[in-house]
Amino acid sequence: MIRRALFLVLALCTLAAPASAKDELVLGMTQTPGTWNPLISSMLAKSLISNMTARPLTAYDANSKLVCLVCTELPTIENGKARVIDLPDDGKGGGKKGMEVDVEMRDMKWGDGVPVTANDVAFTLEVGKHPLSGVASSEGYKRILKLDIKDDRHFTMTIDRVTFDYNSLSLNLVPAHIEKPIFDANPAEYRNKTAYDTDSTNPGLAFGPYRIVEIVPGSRITLEQNASWTGEKPHFKRIVVKIIENTAALEANLLSGNIDYVLGELGLSLDQALAFEKRHKDKYDFIYKPALIYEHIDTKLDNDLLADRRVRQAILMAIDRKAISDKLFEDKQPVADGPVSPLDPMYSPVARQYPYDPATARKLLDEAGFADIKNGVRQNAKGERFSIEITTTAGNRVRELVAQVIQSQLRQVGIELRIKAEPPRIFSESLNRRQFTGLAMYAWVEQPEGVPRSTLHSEEIPTAANGWSGQNYPGYRSAEMDKALDAAERQLDSTKRRALFADIQRIHADDLPVLPLFFRVDPFVIPKALKGVVPTGHLNSSTLWIEQWRWED
Amino acid sequence: MSRYLASRAVQTVVTLALMSFVVYLLIGLMPGDPIDLMIAGDPKMTSADAARLRAVYGIDKPLMERYLAWAGQALQGNFGYSRSFNQPVLAVLWPRLLNTLVLAGIAFVLATAIALPLGIWAANRPRSRTDYLINLLCFAGISAPPFWLALLLITLFAVTLGWLPAGGMADIRPGTPWPAALAERLRFLALPVVTLTLVQLGGFTRFMRGAMIEALRQDYVRTARAKGAPERRVLWGHAFANALAPVLTILALSFGGLLSGALITETMFAWPGMGKAIYQAILDNDYNLALVGLLIATLATIVGNLLADLAYVWVDPRVSIAGSA
Repeated sequence: MIRRALFLVLALCTLAAPASAKDELVLGMTQTPGTWNPLISSMLAKSLISNMTARPLTAYDANSKLVCLVCTELPTIENGKARVIDLPDDGKGGGKKGMEVDVEMRDMKWGDGVPVTANDVAFTLEVGKHPLSGVASSEGYKRILKLDIKDDRHFTMTIDRVTFDYNSLSLNLVPAHIEKPIFDANPAEYRNKTAYDTDSTNPGLAFGPYRIVEIVPGSRITLEQNASWTGEKPHFKRIVVKIIENTAALEANLLSGNIDYVLGELGLSLDQALAFEKRHKDKYDFIYKPALIYEHIDTKLDNDLLADRRVRQAILMAIDRKAISDKLFEDKQPVADGPVSPLDPMYSPVARQYPYDPATARKLLDEAGFADIKNGVRQNAKGERFSIEITTTAGNRVRELVAQVIQSQLRQVGIELRIKAEPPRIFSESLNRRQFTGLAMYAWVEQPEGVPRSTLHSEEIPTAANGWSGQNYPGYRSAEMDKALDAAERQLDSTKRRALFADIQRIHADDLPVLPLFFRVDPFVIPKALKGVVPTGHLNSSTLWIEQWRWED
Repeated sequence: MSRYLASRAVQTVVTLALMSFVVYLLIGLMPGDPIDLMIAGDPKMTSADAARLRAVYGIDKPLMERYLAWAGQALQGNFGYSRSFNQPVLAVLWPRLLNTLVLAGIAFVLATAIALPLGIWAANRPRSRTDYLINLLCFAGISAPPFWLALLLITLFAVTLGWLPAGGMADIRPGTPWPAALAERLRFLALPVVTLTLVQLGGFTRFMRGAMIEALRQDYVRTARAKGAPERRVLWGHAFANALAPVLTILALSFGGLLSGALITETMFAWPGMGKAIYQAILDNDYNLALVGLLIATLATIVGNLLADLAYVWVDPRVSIAGSA
């Protein structure tokens, strides 16, 4: 009996599937995409895959430079394809300035041979603007007042405002010839009936270098070359993306050869990659790409203890961010000085920086009225102890560790910090409803040249009256900051805009409504034979250039 | 018999209705709603977007009104759509249910098939070296965390030896001959099944051992031995038949729990099953998916209990399902 069982095991092992072929690539990532419709919701897991099957009109490349992907030439004021106009007085935008942008589309086809046309753009906008379609953020669609279609590949968009990002056309097109009948039948049911979810392997849903041929829910997605793709021919005939949510299991799959490459944007954690590098340096290239993911601490400005700017400055100077980065991240994670990354073209090095300086921190706390220390904790003249809470996401091991280090460093200057780790859904509610009492540690994903309006403008403070929208969770109000943010959005001249961005960074550094910690890095563990993978560090991820990926001996 | 089954069917429906209400209420009372999560992930969302989406997904209505609307639709066979997947919940759950049934079913059968003889063997030689060894292994199995066991097996069989895949589901290409396809499926099943089997084995063996020791102490066993009945008949014909009844209850309850409780094994081996689906649905505030997933798990437990009750009658003729033994 035992012999038979052993024979069966050995027989199974000999029937083992061969390692992936040269023309196949097996990828791994940790998240299951939800709906496949690109308009209904935004999700990194989905975009990593849909980048292979479709393209936005424009995207930022690895150098944070805006490039055309579906258009032929980036419309600019300089080349005459964009211009400021007076909006017609139709009762909506009368007397206001707007912009017109001319777009020429590349000659592209959906996987079923139907050309990608301006009608697809019009339909995409129609869905985006419809109140019942279930699209998460409709702002980007609504700002396009009008679409004049000249012919199949040429159109002009009228934008309802003058804005510097007039040519950042991150529209993800959906095929009108497949989706419009479904949408027209019942817009309210469109999100549940979309062919992206009911007929996901329909070739007509793809116009990128690959198309989805198989989805095993929660397990893998298989893509094959799209015969209709008119761009650079991709190197792999087949790409399999395996979903393995546990990062330890993901690493084991990589080591066992079950997976060729773990997508850096949604794969191994930084500490895993650092440990992995020590053991497998000979087989893999390691790229630690600083991303526009901004780890920071929001301060609740309604809290009397934190209302004083000197206190916030003291807290930041009492935290040794460099030491944390050295010890926990082997110096791979750069310390942040503000919300704008040094990788961003709008970064200003002039804004005030806060090195680790506990002596100055103590002095500032004394000046703020917390000079008495009792049982190691400062207190003011009223006898109020400087004891605050830091809330963060439970289950994020690195963040919990950072919180503990900060707790210990603040204790050195007489501040008592209580750590409160909440599950993500509870944490997001306590942020949205501004229920956190002291500090809140989490991360923002920034965009290149993105104006941090939603996090710093006084109109973006979530309240019951505005339906808890906006992300100015600290409750920061500064007329000077509001003015700079408004001006930066409208400024078309990049030099002048850079000056406004410098103002934003200066005001932020002086007021410190948010304490900057780090810019997170995405660890890319790339097999030495895999070439062409270029990490971008922002939302337009590396898979947008999948056709350049290849095996090289 | 048919009257008994009809009465149990009514009990099942009532239990499911109560469960649906309680689960809906609990999920609804959890802090945060799906739109909060969306706002946190999308800086461009405006207050108008948030209000519009709350109306689109019906989250702006009172909890009770939402539950009654759901229940009304469910009675007509429409269990609604998953908010995360934008698909009917049954379409999302069905393949995952099948995956879990395959994984949990095989592991359950294997664990039972190994645990029963092992428990009997240990019970028949109490305080012997064999008994101590089996007990030791049982406690090791019960104590070992499933994620650690899974990682150990992956490291040994997938990474070090390279014999078996570390996770995922078999990728069967069209035209693959069925023996190769079957072998491929079994290769992918091997490690998760072994993990889940080992996790259950210790408990089942201990239950069987305990029940058998109790049965072997009974007068009828002593009488059978005194009458000169062969040991094999005493063991299997007298003691085992009586020891089986309590063990059946444990097995039935365990199987129901497996449908939603194989979460760690499913996660470690990237096996898309019910446990993972329910867990993620709760985290994502996907009401319909979480609710229907939990109801299916409840139904499995109830059906498992019913089968255990019916099995009592089979193993012990003194028991009557009409309650008039």
